[in-house]
Amino acid sequence: MARIEALTGDEVAAEAMRQINPDVVAAYPITPQTEIVQNFSQFVADGKVDTEMIRVESEHSAMSACVGAASAGARAMTATSANGLALMWEILYIAASYRLPIVMSVVNRALSGPINIHCDHSDSMGARDSGWIQIYSENCQEIYDNLIQAVKIGENKKLLLPVMVCFDGFIISHGTERVELLEDEVVRKFIGEFKPDYPLLDVDHPLTYGPLDLFDYYFEHKRQQIEAIDKAPDIIEQVGRDYGRISGRTYGLLEEFNLEKSDLVIIVTGSTAGTAKATILELKEQGIDVGILKIRVFRPFPYQQIKEALKGKVAVAVMDRSASFGALGGPIFTEVRSALYEEDKKPLVVNYIYGLGGRETTVEHIKKVAHDLLNIKKTGKVENLVNYLGVRE
Amino acid sequence: MMRIVYTKPKSMKDVPTHYCPGCGHGIIHRLICEIVDELGIREDLIGICPVGCSVVAYNYFDFDMIEVAHGRAPAVATGVKRSRPDKVVFTYQGDGDLASIGMAEIIHAAARGEAFTVVFVNNAIYGMTGGQMAPTTLLGQKTTTTPFGRDHKMEGYPIKIPELLSSLPGAWYLERVAVNSPGNIRKTKKAIKKAFLTQIEKNKFSLVEVLSPCPTSWRLSPVDAIKWMEEQMIPYYGLGTIKDEGIQVVREK
Repeated sequence: MARIEALTGDEVAAEAMRQINPDVVAAYPITPQTEIVQNFSQFVADGKVDTEMIRVESEHSAMSACVGAASAGARAMTATSANGLALMWEILYIAASYRLPIVMSVVNRALSGPINIHCDHSDSMGARDSGWIQIYSENCQEIYDNLIQAVKIGENKKLLLPVMVCFDGFIISHGTERVELLEDEVVRKFIGEFKPDYPLLDVDHPLTYGPLDLFDYYFEHKRQQIEAIDKAPDIIEQVGRDYGRISGRTYGLLEEFNLEKSDLVIIVTGSTAGTAKATILELKEQGIDVGILKIRVFRPFPYQQIKEALKGKVAVAVMDRSASFGALGGPIFTEVRSALYEEDKKPLVVNYIYGLGGRETTVEHIKKVAHDLLNIKKTGKVENLVNYLGVRE
Repeated sequence: MMRIVYTKPKSMKDVPTHYCPGCGHGIIHRLICEIVDELGIREDLIGICPVGCSVVAYNYFDFDMIEVAHGRAPAVATGVKRSRPDKVVFTYQGDGDLASIGMAEIIHAAARGEAFTVVFVNNAIYGMTGGQMAPTTLLGQKTTTTPFGRDHKMEGYPIKIPELLSSLPGAWYLERVAVNSPGNIRKTKKAIKKAFLTQIEKNKFSLVEVLSPCPTSWRLSPVDAIKWMEEQMIPYYGLGTIKDEGIQVVREK
């Protein structure tokens, strides 16, 4: 029987970690992630998990300790935000290239400077090329569901890749919501035991992780890594279906909302998807139909599925909660637009950068986007390719 | 004729504090501002803010400040001081900032003998993020990440920073003080002033560790927090000069 509780995003992440019962957790405090590891520390102290908890001196060391633990054969987890993730940068790439299925909560927060503790996606978007799978969560329920699935996805033998489960700082991490939780046994049976093929602790078969790899083989290893993450969409969908069987909640790479009803689409990720859905329902009453395409998995980028979902659409607004300085629009925009390049009949695509540094994104903002889409459809023209929602200028 | 017996330092902004009741940061901020006024260095001063509770110290200090990444204040101060050796440069750092994530920076700044001043506020905890264990947390001290107290078998021992730096020839003046009583607050001011003078007159590296209460994260009343400092913290860390190359005396431990 599922339990129903009222938990914040950070609390539910800690609860998922308790059920996953990782062998090692290494972490460093950073707002707004801190409560995850703090709550988890209580589980460790109370003997509710078998986890070895390492209170390291920085995020660089947190990820390094996870790399050490996972290489040794342990199931390792951590959590961070913003500057903490930035400090892990070097080790993010190492974790992915060693093919270590570490699972990490990334509580999205704006990167410095100027220093800011509130939500945007500049932290995880910056890490999009690190080789990690990235799953974005709309609400507390999805944090829970995504973390459990992340373990199963990352540890799949065809992948063996680290996974970030991202969710919006404060908006979700500190917001209390109704969450359905599975029984401990159900979770543990679903994720199974982590049996690594090449653990360092297998002393009878000594091996080396990460030895010097120059122009002789480095390229081949990178090619293999690309090959591995390219296999992830199928496995993520498979795990999403399997998870549906135990929870009643099935997940894919994307989520469609009112999509088939309209030839206008807003593409959005994270908590703003919730705001967008509510806005769309409100607009419906006024006779305006706009569809939502929520990107749940950004890495690997589900370009095939996005192409499919946007077939026959007339105008698409892509919402980016981060800026890519000097690029032609935000990171989601550039990838969506690139995915559509080969299509014979392409929709017009427009970009909205929004919510940087925790700037609130309201129903009114989404309505503006919807009305802009109506206008683009009417005129057949995109006035400004890149727009900024709710900024003073 | 009335005599002025009390006035706010000119270097201190007249704004409400964000610090918790019983926190030591306000006292230490004020001492720095008094010293800055007394030495007349306000227009030549550049301060480096940490990450931690004093992340917004620039809201109180009315002189030039830079906000930097967690733990990197000594590296930034190095850049500032080397490019403007005529200016007075100091970092204001907590124990979570200096003794943990920024340990490499402080050690190497001291090793290079960089001519700036460090005011290192040790409250034995990460205050800003809500009371997690810091490297300076005392053995047995309960924090949100060590709910049954710090255990050296799991989490190691608290670090004594001035003692750690004292072996480095580049570290000129190292002192530990506390803001638990009027007498010790006066000593704290004397030490921080001396640290600034070490920079101004001798062009050398100086660090003053200030033991400071954090009633909120210690889960104690301000009065009990002072008591805890006196009964637990000061006996472990010890007060006094750890190193002063100016008088060639190294304290016996």
